[in-house]
Amino acid sequence: MKTGLLLIFFLVSPAMAQLAVKARVVYPMTGDLAPLSDAVILCGPDGKIQQIGLAAGIPIPAGWPVVEAAVVVPGLIDARSTVGLSGVLNWERRDQEQLETSAPVQPELRAVDGYNGRDPLVAWLRELGVTTVHTGHAPGALVSGQTMVIKTNRASVVDANDLLAPVAGISVTLGSDGFAKNDKSAPGTRAKSVALLRAELIKAQEYLTKLQIADPSKHPDRDLHLEALASTLRREVPLIITADRHHDIAAALRLQKEFGFRLVLDSAAEAGLMLDEIKASQAAVIVHPTMARAVGERENLKFTTAADLLAAGIPFAFQSGHEDYVPKTRVVLFEAAMAAAHGLPPGQALAACTIRAAEILGLQQKIGSLEPGKDADLALYDGDPLETTTHCVGTIIDGRQVSRERR
Amino acid sequence: MPQTAEIRSSSLRMVMLSVPAGLLAAVMVGLAVEPAGLKEPVGREVDRPAVVRAFTGATLIPVSGPPVADGVMVVRDGRIESIGPRAEVVVPQGAEVVDCTGKVIIPGLICTHSHIGAPSGGDASAPMQPEARVLDAIDIRDPSVARARAGGVTTVNIMPGSGHLISGQTLYLKLRSGRTVEELAIRNDDGTLAGGLKMANGTNSLREAPFPGTRGKSAALVRQEFLKARDYQRKKAAAAAGDPATGPDRQLAMETLVEVLEGRRVVHHHTHRADDILTVLRLKEEFGFKVVLHHVSDAWQVADEIAAAGVGCSIINLDAPGGKLETRDLDWKNGAELERRGVVTAVHTDDPITDSRWMLRSAALSVRGGMSREKALESVTLAGARLLGLEARTGSLEPGKEADMVILSGDPLSIYTRVLETWVEGRLVFDVSRPADRLAAEGGPGAGQARWGGTCCFSR
Repeated sequence: MKTGLLLIFFLVSPAMAQLAVKARVVYPMTGDLAPLSDAVILCGPDGKIQQIGLAAGIPIPAGWPVVEAAVVVPGLIDARSTVGLSGVLNWERRDQEQLETSAPVQPELRAVDGYNGRDPLVAWLRELGVTTVHTGHAPGALVSGQTMVIKTNRASVVDANDLLAPVAGISVTLGSDGFAKNDKSAPGTRAKSVALLRAELIKAQEYLTKLQIADPSKHPDRDLHLEALASTLRREVPLIITADRHHDIAAALRLQKEFGFRLVLDSAAEAGLMLDEIKASQAAVIVHPTMARAVGERENLKFTTAADLLAAGIPFAFQSGHEDYVPKTRVVLFEAAMAAAHGLPPGQALAACTIRAAEILGLQQKIGSLEPGKDADLALYDGDPLETTTHCVGTIIDGRQVSRERR
Repeated sequence: MPQTAEIRSSSLRMVMLSVPAGLLAAVMVGLAVEPAGLKEPVGREVDRPAVVRAFTGATLIPVSGPPVADGVMVVRDGRIESIGPRAEVVVPQGAEVVDCTGKVIIPGLICTHSHIGAPSGGDASAPMQPEARVLDAIDIRDPSVARARAGGVTTVNIMPGSGHLISGQTLYLKLRSGRTVEELAIRNDDGTLAGGLKMANGTNSLREAPFPGTRGKSAALVRQEFLKARDYQRKKAAAAAGDPATGPDRQLAMETLVEVLEGRRVVHHHTHRADDILTVLRLKEEFGFKVVLHHVSDAWQVADEIAAAGVGCSIINLDAPGGKLETRDLDWKNGAELERRGVVTAVHTDDPITDSRWMLRSAALSVRGGMSREKALESVTLAGARLLGLEARTGSLEPGKEADMVILSGDPLSIYTRVLETWVEGRLVFDVSRPADRLAAEGGPGAGQARWGGTCCFSR
């Protein structure tokens, strides 16, 4: 198909190493989030932003290709996804790698080993302006595995340079969505879930203690499972805890106090009931997709949750999340738009899928806003990006145009 | 428990102000529409349907004709009496005047494919169960029904699922505030309940025996069943003409299929892949039934054939393609491709696939795919009425029609627009300023009202 050929061309083409982008409105997503009118962004041969400012003050160097759009924002960041693992066909044991149910606690499962950068859903997000995804193992088991951060133009992961973060977090699910599936193995209750998780974290504590013994011959054998959990106790990697009911959120906060790991709350449908407690914990929230189905553990979700978190001063970002059926992936742009329709100021809605997401992922020095020295990742639109009827008209990653679709 | 956050209506207006208006707002046919009135209290006697009301000052979008700025619509006894510009419509003496200045009024939304009310049809015992009525399963107190009203939906076709070749009888409802499903049901002229027959092909109905395992078998089973219905129909007719005692025993399944054969019941046919769509058209040709194609993911690939067959389409827009092999090529351009060929096209929610509260957004996705704004708005109103055979009573704002309408804060296709009120037959069924309605519109603690049965005090 034409699309595929074009993409291959742009992905491999070394020709577009420098690029000027002109737009009537640019959201650099810096400071007070104010937009620039009639602005130019120069993307240097190193794939970084060289210069950004009003068009009047930035001459475009002779010979540079120029791309124009009505509105430009930083490349969108999906703060929690399963794309690349959860494929378009939804075909068990063929393109569904996001959830392994053979045991309740498997923190050793790496996201990179299940990731297919050529799945059509990755391209789908890219063509709508998403340049970076935090993807990996889905909620659905007590500890389902690891997550990672990758740009949406990396078709294959060969080494660590292809990733922005090889281990971005370890996914934990509290509440009934994390109960064991299709068998009688534990956990089947909330109390059992937390007891199991505490027991595992205590084992990891002991593993760390033994590693501190002076005599290396007395160290324990390497254990991928405990190593992964220990990395959260060392605060190198956060635990991303999916908790929707208020009492599951409380359980997550209790665990954080006991073990001292970095906590990122995921989904948090009933966060509105727990704003003071969440704020005190300093946890960030990757809020459920605004248009997630209001059923099961999320039956009390609220379209104003993002606005409530903003008002409470709790950092948050949007996610596409995981869908078992359709839409097989959601799009953070659309989730942000629906939040903007429910009380979140539009500028903040865009920030939550750009700079705020970068901050929560610890990547704000590299991506998330348009500033000199940062990666030249841009999303181009023919109008207000949050309007349903607007089109994404181009996507740029590392200074190269990776999509020219009008989507 | 914190109060529901106030809608920050001011933020609705600060949308990317710096972008030229022509690029952005492009409000319905160029009428400037400001979001307004989200917080105004409503002091109306909503339970007096006989009262005469005049809705004044709004931009009226009748769908059947061009929009009217600063319009007046008079509603009497649940029906639209007159509609037009302020200068041309006389507000009757004694009418209650409802000031809608700055707001937009559109016809009530019609969802041609919905599963609100937790319905079910046939069970796992057989692939074809036309005798199963969704009527007997709908819970009108399920939260999904109130949410649909909150989304501006006034008429729905409630369907059983797509896991059968024939999963049962569908039911057309008006979302009136009633206590029983019968109070919501739409009736045919002869007093029977209006509805269609749900059928499906493709992979959803391919299951373990006694279900078919292939597409060829699926079509053969359906053809044989309709041939049986023809025999049944003939024997009934023969008996009626001769000795009534010689007729066949009543068979609920056959009676339903005879209604289909006689054009008294429309087939609502789930179908995705291009070849499956053509299979439906082949069955329609053979048995001459009236059919509406539903979902129709590959419509853009066989749009000429669909147009030539003269059937209507009820399509879905999703935020991404896929979820199964046969929906891999789903495309937002379906609406545009069908519009170009003059096919009557509705956009549906398939709630819970898309929440009914996002129904207008679903229409906007068709605009994103190239459909005109006018046809997109028609796709969730008048086109739906046509596909359900209800266009004489609802689907547009015209004198004589039932007063089913939605009062919006602005452009129907803008994400920032909110449903303020929903009216069915002249009665207010949703008002965002009422706390219970606000809960249905936005969610929050208590919105779920888990109603499904559970076993207290046991864990597995």
